[in-house]
Amino acid sequence: MTDETQVTEAELHAYADGRLAPERRAAVEAWLAARAEEAERVADYHRLGGALRAAYDPLLEEPVPARLERAARRGAGWRRFAVAASCAVLGFALGVAAGWQLGGARPAPAAVSDSLIMARRAAIAHVTYSPEVRHPVEVGADQEPHLVAWLSKRLGVKVRAPKLEEAGLSLVGGRLLPGESGPVAHFMYQTQNGRRLTMYVRAEPSKNRETAFRYSRENNVGVFYWIDRDSGYALASADLTREELLNVATLVYKQLEP
Amino acid sequence: MNEAERLVELIPRLRRYARALAGDRATADDLVQDTLERAWTKLHLYRRGTDLRAWLFTVMHNVHVNRVRAKRATDPLDEEMPELASRASQGDALLVRDLDRAIARLPEEQRAVLLLVTLEEMSYDEVAQTLAIPIGTVMSRLSRARDKLRAMMLGGVAAKLKVIK
Repeated sequence: MTDETQVTEAELHAYADGRLAPERRAAVEAWLAARAEEAERVADYHRLGGALRAAYDPLLEEPVPARLERAARRGAGWRRFAVAASCAVLGFALGVAAGWQLGGARPAPAAVSDSLIMARRAAIAHVTYSPEVRHPVEVGADQEPHLVAWLSKRLGVKVRAPKLEEAGLSLVGGRLLPGESGPVAHFMYQTQNGRRLTMYVRAEPSKNRETAFRYSRENNVGVFYWIDRDSGYALASADLTREELLNVATLVYKQLEP
Repeated sequence: MNEAERLVELIPRLRRYARALAGDRATADDLVQDTLERAWTKLHLYRRGTDLRAWLFTVMHNVHVNRVRAKRATDPLDEEMPELASRASQGDALLVRDLDRAIARLPEEQRAVLLLVTLEEMSYDEVAQTLAIPIGTVMSRLSRARDKLRAMMLGGVAAKLKVIK
């Protein structure tokens, strides 16, 4: 009799969930053995748990949609970029201000850091726009001629949207962005399953510089960047591997050769 | 492992829970995405060294409650639940559909407790912490959820009629 009063509803659930303390199991089992209806009820609780897991566990094996993986990763990138970016931009602004005060007599101290700033800005633009579902671009790929003409006009150099189908990427569209020394063209591409790559293009005032491909990993975003005559390019992606990105960069470089 | 990696690792479990909670795939994945985005903006509130999974489920719970509330405010017709299937399940698809419907008929707060216990296999204490409710409330909600679900899924025709009435 004392056992009976001690078996609580909570213990019955714990028993059904297999979480009852071992020392209480015998008492609960004895209690249930004397009550067919209650025993049936507890067995049903156990069965329902199994049915729920059987119904929903298959989701655990499904591939994770790219948009969710992006959402999980981007915060890290975004936060640290925001800091890196504000430092870089501030540094640059100070440099420019100093340059102006000196009457522009002194060129920027390091051209290398200038292109690295471009890579960082490209990474920031990538983490800003690539998670967008509804408004990833200003002008869609369906208006590509208009997009390219508009961006070329604003940048003052001939801008092109390379064809990247060979790498499994199709053009989503593009937008105009503010850069550190003028407007920037920003194109977005994506694979069939939603992995995205963005291309950042700015006009180079010197018109005749050339640099090698450089790779920079800004947290979760890989960036290949280079300067070729009148334009600077940076390809950024959080979804593509370094090899894939290099492959695309080679493709872009070849296509943009005059 | 940094937070981003751990978040990525937890996505399948968030999806499973969201799917059972929200009832359909698209809504569930939207809920997971909102949860991950919210998690990043609230990450400063997460105490390192504590259970990231439990914290994330708390975030998801709050996001879900807000979404349900917003939806109710704009869409009162949504209150109407679909009719229950009138026959026993045959095969997985039917089982999932029947379970979806039965779970959808549970009150929001009971559903969350039941799913955290059975799918996530959280301890009752963890459920209490995740949902910020006392342990006694966890047990009473679990009990009510199970009895309702049992009546709907396993109770036979008579019980089903009683529930639908």
